[in-house]
Amino acid sequence: MRILLLLPFLGLLLTPLYNAETPTLFGFPFFYWYQLAWVPLTSLLIWIVYKAEKNKGDE
Amino acid sequence: MDINWTALSVFIFFFVLVTVMGFWASKWQGGGTEKGGGDLHEWGLGGRSFGTWITWFLVGGDFYTAYTVIAVPALVYAVGAYGFFALPYTIVVYPIVFMIMPKLWKYASKAGAVTAADVVYERYGSRWLEFAVALTGVVATMPYIALQLVGMEVVIKALGLTGELPLAAAFVVLALYTYSAGLRAPALIAFVKDLMIYIVVIVAVILVPAKLGGYGAVFSAASDAFAAKGGNTGLTLKAPQLLPYATLALGSALAAFMYPHTLTGIFAAKSADTIRKNAVFLPAYTILLGLIALLGFMAYGAHLKVASNNDVVPALFNALFPSWFAGFAFAAIAIGALVPAAVMSIGAANLFTRNFWKPYVNNNVTPEGEAKVAKMVSLVVKVGALVFIIFLPTKFALDLQLLGGVWILQTFPSVVFGLFLRWYRAPALLVGWATGLAFGSWMALSDGIKPVHTYVFGGDSYTIYTGLAALTVNIVIASIIQLVMGQKGAAK
Repeated sequence: MRILLLLPFLGLLLTPLYNAETPTLFGFPFFYWYQLAWVPLTSLLIWIVYKAEKNKGDE
Repeated sequence: MDINWTALSVFIFFFVLVTVMGFWASKWQGGGTEKGGGDLHEWGLGGRSFGTWITWFLVGGDFYTAYTVIAVPALVYAVGAYGFFALPYTIVVYPIVFMIMPKLWKYASKAGAVTAADVVYERYGSRWLEFAVALTGVVATMPYIALQLVGMEVVIKALGLTGELPLAAAFVVLALYTYSAGLRAPALIAFVKDLMIYIVVIVAVILVPAKLGGYGAVFSAASDAFAAKGGNTGLTLKAPQLLPYATLALGSALAAFMYPHTLTGIFAAKSADTIRKNAVFLPAYTILLGLIALLGFMAYGAHLKVASNNDVVPALFNALFPSWFAGFAFAAIAIGALVPAAVMSIGAANLFTRNFWKPYVNNNVTPEGEAKVAKMVSLVVKVGALVFIIFLPTKFALDLQLLGGVWILQTFPSVVFGLFLRWYRAPALLVGWATGLAFGSWMALSDGIKPVHTYVFGGDSYTIYTGLAALTVNIVIASIIQLVMGQKGAAK
């Protein structure tokens, strides 16, 4: 499950992936809303890992 | 500039409110129940009793500092998309916190450790490595405290006040209630500070674009302004900025929770589970930070002209908000400086007491004696930061803070590796730390104190964050030495 935590690193550190002005969303260029979208997404991924480890009774 | 009396009255009201809270905090959350003033665990870690909510407010208030509110929009205003690296930085930091910090907390709690250097001593039994980690922590924190004062100075100036007296008065008040209540004071004040900042930012991100014709208009005004400035920066990254942006984000994220103030927030948590939950919920502050960063673009939409980039946020508020709300916003920023400044001085004081005073001055210091020393040191640290800002140029604090980031990152292997691996020993980590520190400082100084450095490999040039380059050197050297030494350097 912890492998999920690598996704934010890939999504955000590979800058050429999202270095574009379009498509825009609510007036925000892609560069900005894409990165902002990673905030709730990262929260969600951490939460999934947290729940999975808790159910497993890990530590 | 005239004094804005409405704004100033609102500002003073909130400032007095948090001062009262700060002094009352010593009785809050089980404080004051023990007889005779308590020990360092009480003063310096709030009795290690903070649950999920308190930790969320404390770490949020402590990590996203007032200086951030001023400096991030200022940077975005100056350099456009490149300044936005604070966003990926404060996102990828949370998977790192989730992976490392619950483990570190458990280790610290079991060993009765108050500082990162305590953990390192417990793990490796090396006074040298403990000293290295503690010294780096103290030195990296001092300019950081000074920068919080810069944040306060900017808003005090925006209220129309001049001279150093208001700043000094605010800081003396802060020093006194930190002295009396310890970590409980910033933990309690953080509630007020964070709620105020959330209100200000939510109002700003709705109201300001509405006044300026929507986000589309804000971004296009900024885009035009960057194009007019010559097009070295813009709404997206230029090719040479792609790698620096990513490495600054990653390096800053690795360094963020090595600082004494962030670690103090972690160690003060009630359980490892508290920290895991916070890794899930703390990113809420990152949304806030992203929106705050956009204030830098809104300044173009509002056609503001500022003398210094740091004045962007106050100037925007003064121009677009009624004065009572501007006063509220400035109070939020100033109080936002108090929380991290208090936690930073407590973190530095804990390090001094546990890792300098106890081993080298008074080996038999009692737990109560430790608290006494730490309280005094927290006062000295704050007065030092005040003197620093009043008598030395701000640029000096900025440069030192930048170097401090490179330095604190070099403690990462010593603090973290031992939680996961048993292979590295103290001598290897110590030499790695020293090499990383020397290499990083040399790179930064040779560039005239710039955060990034360009390296040429086989005809291609790569520009990356100096702290991250130095960390790589640090880890490589430590690994080579460990390989050569085998298990000879074994401590225990």
